[in-house]
Amino acid sequence: MDAPAPAISLRATGRSRRRLLVNRLAELAATLAAAVAVGALIVLIWSVAMKGLDALNWDFFTKGPAVFGQAGGGVAPALVGSLLLVGIATAIALPFGVLAAIYVSEFAPRRLAEQVRLWLDVLNGFPSIVIGIFVFALCVKVSVPVVGWGHHQSAFAGGLALAIIMLPLVARATMEVLQLVPNHLREASYALGVSKWQTVLRVVLPTSFGGILTGTTLAIARAAGETAPLLFTCAIAGQIVDWNPTHSVQSIPLMIFQNSESPDPALQAQAWAGAFVLIVFVLVTSLTARFLFDRSRKKLGLTR
Amino acid sequence: MEAASVTAPAALGHTRRFGDRIGDAVLHVITALAALLGVVTVFAIIWRVFVGAWPAIKAFHLDFVTDNVWNAPLNQFGARDLILGTLITSFGAMLIAAPLSIAIGLFLSELAPPAVRGPVGTLVEMLAAVPSVVVGLWGIFVLAPFNAQHVQPFLSSFLGWIPIFANGQDKVASTVFTAMIVLTMMTIPITSSICRELFLGVPDELEEASIGLGATRWEMVRTVIVPSVRGGVVAAVILGLGRALGEAIAVSQVIGNFIPLKRSIFEPGDTLASRVAGQYQGAVTNLQISALIYLAAILLVITFISNLLAQRIVKRFEFQQAGGE
Repeated sequence: MDAPAPAISLRATGRSRRRLLVNRLAELAATLAAAVAVGALIVLIWSVAMKGLDALNWDFFTKGPAVFGQAGGGVAPALVGSLLLVGIATAIALPFGVLAAIYVSEFAPRRLAEQVRLWLDVLNGFPSIVIGIFVFALCVKVSVPVVGWGHHQSAFAGGLALAIIMLPLVARATMEVLQLVPNHLREASYALGVSKWQTVLRVVLPTSFGGILTGTTLAIARAAGETAPLLFTCAIAGQIVDWNPTHSVQSIPLMIFQNSESPDPALQAQAWAGAFVLIVFVLVTSLTARFLFDRSRKKLGLTR
Repeated sequence: MEAASVTAPAALGHTRRFGDRIGDAVLHVITALAALLGVVTVFAIIWRVFVGAWPAIKAFHLDFVTDNVWNAPLNQFGARDLILGTLITSFGAMLIAAPLSIAIGLFLSELAPPAVRGPVGTLVEMLAAVPSVVVGLWGIFVLAPFNAQHVQPFLSSFLGWIPIFANGQDKVASTVFTAMIVLTMMTIPITSSICRELFLGVPDELEEASIGLGATRWEMVRTVIVPSVRGGVVAAVILGLGRALGEAIAVSQVIGNFIPLKRSIFEPGDTLASRVAGQYQGAVTNLQISALIYLAAILLVITFISNLLAQRIVKRFEFQQAGGE
């Protein structure tokens, strides 16, 4: 003790030291958790990219499956099938979703709007396999077909199942963006003597176009990767490129699912390549949607 | 004034075009029908699934829920271990995912510097966009072997004396444990992004007041943030749970599709959704198809309850935040 001890030590001791330590540990835990989640994503994308790129070549996109036991071949029928399925699903879900959203945010009384929103959320929470079973029971395996193409699996049935998945997503996204449209735009339109339906179609909808596009893009990204709804509705298909919606068609997610359980390394490699194509498609569309969303918000004069 | 009130309706009738007069009503009806269709779909799904399951419900009654057999040639079906498997994998996954998601939410809302926030948040959300079949593929060829060779021996050497962590048969890659990890990865983005929004919604003044009074950041989280968003976090976890309960593809790829369930999580198992998915080509007899739909009906009931519960909590929570009592 040569130097005189300071009257008050600025070093944390005892209780405050423990408090700071606990704080440090909690911060560390939260940071580690985020690192684990991001790490998992990176590991996943890395292995898909490594294994997928190996198996990717021009034949993959242009040729049909190879004859059993032979090397080579591609997944052109599955690519075309996925395109067809998602196209049908979008054609059904987009108009109905947008119209339902217009009803909720422009026409419905508050209580009804809440009810519609609630049931759309319930629909969104249904497991996708159950939706597949529903469409299967509705128009694939029925004694009296309810929908015209009934009685067998078809691209139409698969597209319908995907549309049911997309509907609540499109509707929810559209509702949110319609609510962002400033009321003074509507009022200005009314003040000019424009009727309500014209205001909705010519002022509200064009203003929220970007947001609707975002919601639809996200829904497409989701539908493109869905496998479960297709299992019972559009799974058993021929090996050729087929544009006929009344036929059952192949699809990329189902190809991955089937090949992933195959012992044949060539088929497994094809599954990885399919996964790579799918993941690139999904991530690119999601990021585009995010970009579109930011831009449309800026256009509406809103900032995050 | 008087003249105007007499002539106005007639004049309006002439000046407004036909389209304008009926346009509002037409658009109102069309949009209402579209909204109605969305609501009707929900009930149509419930109705159609129960109608499809009816032959099996008539054949097996509620014994289906307690019986444990799946023998297609003998037409014997029961769902006990499938229900158990569904609950075990989903709750197990949420046991891991809930604390991780809350921690990620806290990191993104309170800790991370602004430059890190955006990119990390986007990355976590991108995890949600990865299709389940891709997660399953990765689960089969990367995660399952890794678990079998490293995680399982490690865990069972420490915790092996507890039956559920006991070492399974050697070199079994498809396990309930792997399914849990896959489900954890799939639920984290949902739960953590809701948690982040909740934590960001806590008024800054409250947080600053707490820090100003000398609380550490952790104490501020514990005493200010956690109490004000508790209900929302519970709802976020239930929403994640709903996703885990209904996941068919990824689980069916990694779980091994085997009943009866063993006691250890390092053994194969099966879930409701995964059993339905796994049988899509094998179901031939009407009773077997109906039994599969019965499984879907049970799954529907379970997820329906968990979703309504989550929405109840969210609603009450929003109500409280709006200042109601």
